Amino acid sequence: MAKAIVQLTVFLTDRFLFCIPFFLMSTIVIPGQHTDKWDLVIEPRSSLFDLRLQEVWRYRDLLLMLVKRDFVATYKQTILGPIWFFIQPLLTTLTYIVIFGNIAKLSTDGLPMTLFYLCGIILWNYFSECLNKTATVFKDNANIFGKVYFPRLVMPLSIVVSNLVRFSIQLALLLGFWIYYLLKGANIHPNWLILLSPYLVLLMAVIALGAGMIITAMTTKYRDLVFLLTFGIQLFMYATPVIYPMSAVSKKWGWLIKSNPLSSLVETFRYAFTGSGQFSWGALAYSSVFALALLFFGAIVFNKVEKNFMDTV
Amino acid sequence: MSDTVIKVENLSKQYRLGEVGTGTLSHDLNRWWARLRGKEDPFLKIGETNDREQKGNSDYVWALRDINFEVQQGEVLGIIGRNGAGKSTLLKILSKTTAPTTGKIKVKGRIASLLEVGTGFHPEMTGRENIFLNGAILGMTKKEIQKKFDEIVDFAGVERYVDTPVKRYSSGMYVRLAFAVAAFLEPEILIVDEVLAVGDAEFQKKCLGRMKDVSVNDGRTVLFVSHNMGTISQLCNKTVLLGKGQLVTYDKTTSVIGTYLMMGKSMLSNKYTFPSKNFSKEYYFVEIFTINQNGEETDQFGFDDSIFIICSIKANSKHPNVKIGFNILNSLGNYVSTSIIDLNYENQISESVYRYKIKIQPSILAPNTYMFRFAIFLLNDKIFDLVENECQIKINDTGTQFASFEGTDYGNVILDYHWEFFKL
Repeated sequence: MAKAIVQLTVFLTDRFLFCIPFFLMSTIVIPGQHTDKWDLVIEPRSSLFDLRLQEVWRYRDLLLMLVKRDFVATYKQTILGPIWFFIQPLLTTLTYIVIFGNIAKLSTDGLPMTLFYLCGIILWNYFSECLNKTATVFKDNANIFGKVYFPRLVMPLSIVVSNLVRFSIQLALLLGFWIYYLLKGANIHPNWLILLSPYLVLLMAVIALGAGMIITAMTTKYRDLVFLLTFGIQLFMYATPVIYPMSAVSKKWGWLIKSNPLSSLVETFRYAFTGSGQFSWGALAYSSVFALALLFFGAIVFNKVEKNFMDTV
Repeated sequence: MSDTVIKVENLSKQYRLGEVGTGTLSHDLNRWWARLRGKEDPFLKIGETNDREQKGNSDYVWALRDINFEVQQGEVLGIIGRNGAGKSTLLKILSKTTAPTTGKIKVKGRIASLLEVGTGFHPEMTGRENIFLNGAILGMTKKEIQKKFDEIVDFAGVERYVDTPVKRYSSGMYVRLAFAVAAFLEPEILIVDEVLAVGDAEFQKKCLGRMKDVSVNDGRTVLFVSHNMGTISQLCNKTVLLGKGQLVTYDKTTSVIGTYLMMGKSMLSNKYTFPSKNFSKEYYFVEIFTINQNGEETDQFGFDDSIFIICSIKANSKHPNVKIGFNILNSLGNYVSTSIIDLNYENQISESVYRYKIKIQPSILAPNTYMFRFAIFLLNDKIFDLVENECQIKINDTGTQFASFEGTDYGNVILDYHWEFFKL
C-alpha cells in the first residue's frame, strides 16, 4: 500500500514537473509572434499597456507629412511666409514690456526686459500651443479618424513636432536678441546649462502631450472639460514664472509655484541663457519624473479611448 | 488556393440612441461598476434589433448581431442590404475606425479601406503634396508613393494640375485624384464603399477595371459594398446579405441578389395600392397590378402569354404636359425597357380617377423575374408620384430555346432573329 502511494506520488510529481516548463512557456508571450497565424485580431478591447509603438514607427512618414502640411498650410498665399512666426512673440513681448514691465513694474531680475519676456514667451507659447491642439485632437480630427485607420498616436505626436518647427524659428529670434545684448555687454552670463535646453524643450513637449492626451480622451463623450481648458491654460501661465522671475515670488506662495513642474523648466531655460534665475537639479528631476508619469498615463488613457471614441464623439 | 484571410466570429455592435447627456452618465457609471465587479455589461442584454421603422422600448440597438462568415483569398465579396442593415458598421469595424461590442474578426494581411475617398486632402496643398499626404494616411510609405507617383497622376489624368492647389480643381478632378491614390494602394485586403458613384462614365469603367485587376491578377481580396446590383453581380463571386443587423444569407452572388430583391416583398401581393398618407399629392397612383389575357389578377406568366398592367391614377389638379411613364426592371434592378405617354390635358377633370391598361406583347421578355417602376411627371420639371420596384412578375419558361440555360444570364429580351446560311 505504502509502496503504491510512493509510486503514485513519484508519478504525479514527475508529471507535474514535466508540465512546468510547458506551462511557463505558454505564459510567456513574445511580442509580434502570435500563437496562431493571424496578422490582426479586431477585438472589443485590448490590453491596457498595448501601445503598439512599432505601428506608430511604421507610420513615421505620415507624421512627417502631417508636420509638413501644418507648416505649408498655415502660410500658403502669404508673402512674408514664416516671418509671421516672428511677429506674434514680438508683439506679445512688446505688450508685456508695456504692461508688466512699465506699468506694473514687475522685476525682471536685472535683465533687459525684451530678453526676459521673450525667453518665457516662446517657451510658454510652445507649451500652450501643444496642449491646446492635443487636447482637442479627437474632436478636431473626428472626420478623418472616422474614415481611415492609422495609429491615432501619430496625430498628437505630429502636433508636438510641428510646433517644434515653429518654436525653432522663434528660438532664432531669441538668439538674435541674445547675441545683440551679449555684444552690447549687457549684464548676462550664459553658462553650460545651455546644453540642457533641448532637454527642457523635450520635457515641455512631453508634459503638454501627456496632459493633452488625457484631456482629449476625457472630453470625447462629455465635453464639459473643454470649457475649462482655455481658462485653465491662462491661469497656469500665471502659476509659472513667465512674466516674473522665481526670485520675486514671496515665501508664502513659493511652494505653489515650485510644485508646478513647468516652473523649473522656464526658470532653468532662462538661467541657462542669461545666468540669472534659480536652478536646482532637484527641481529638474521632479519635473522629469512628473513628465514621464504624465506621458505614460496619458498614452494609456488615449489608447483606451481611441478604439471607440467615434461612437460617442 | 482557398486560404481564409478574414474570419468574422460572432461579431456584434451595439449603439446607444439619443443624445449624450446626464442620462448616459448614470449608464456609464452602472457599466463601470459592473465591470469592476467582473460582471457582464448590464446593457448588453437589453438591446433590440435594429428596425428603424418601428418605435422601440430600449435606448440600445444592435447595429450588428452575431455575424459569422469567412472570406477566402482573392475573392471579391459583395456586401448588400437595405439602408441601416449594418453594412457600414461592418466596414467600420473591419477598417478599425470603431471596435466591436462583442466578438472578433481575424485578419491575415494588411487592410486598406476606401470608405470615402479624399480623406485628409488639404485644399491649400498642391496635387503632388496631397498625393503624398493621402497616401501616407492610407498607410503607404513615402518610398512606395514615389514609386507609384507617375502611375497615380496618369490614372487620375491630372498631369497638368499636379502643382496647383487642389482647391482650384474641378470636383471631378478632385475625386479622380483621390480615387487614384487609393487605387494604387497595395494592401492584401481592400474595402470599397460605393466610391464608384462618382466621376464620369469613362472613369467609372476605369475604376471597375482596376478593381477587377486587383483581385484577379494580384490575387488580392476585395470587399465591396454597393446598392447597384449590376455592379455587384459583375464584380463579386460571393455576396453577404445583411438585414437589420443580421446576416440573412451568404452565398453565390446571383442567388443572394435574388433573395435580396424578394426581401420584404414576399408578404405583399404583386399589387401596389397607394399608401393613405399620399392623399395630398396632385397626381398619384391609386393602384397598379398585372392581369393575364383572361383578366385574372396574377404575377405568374408564361413566356408566350401577353402581360397586361392595370394602372389607376387619381388627379387632384390639372396641368398640361403631364406624362406617365414606366420602366421594366430586371432582377438586378437594371432597366430593360421604358414607355411614356401623355396624360391628355383636355380629358383631365380634377378629382377624378383614370385607368390605363397596358399590354406587353408576348414572347419578348425572357423568362426571369421583373419589376416595374412607375412615375407621373412633368418633363424636366417635377415628379408627382413615383412607385419603385413594385409588382414583381415572374415569366416562366414555356419551352424557349434557352430552357436548358435557366439560371444563366442570356439577356432580358428574346428577339426574333433570322440566321441565313451560306456555303462558300
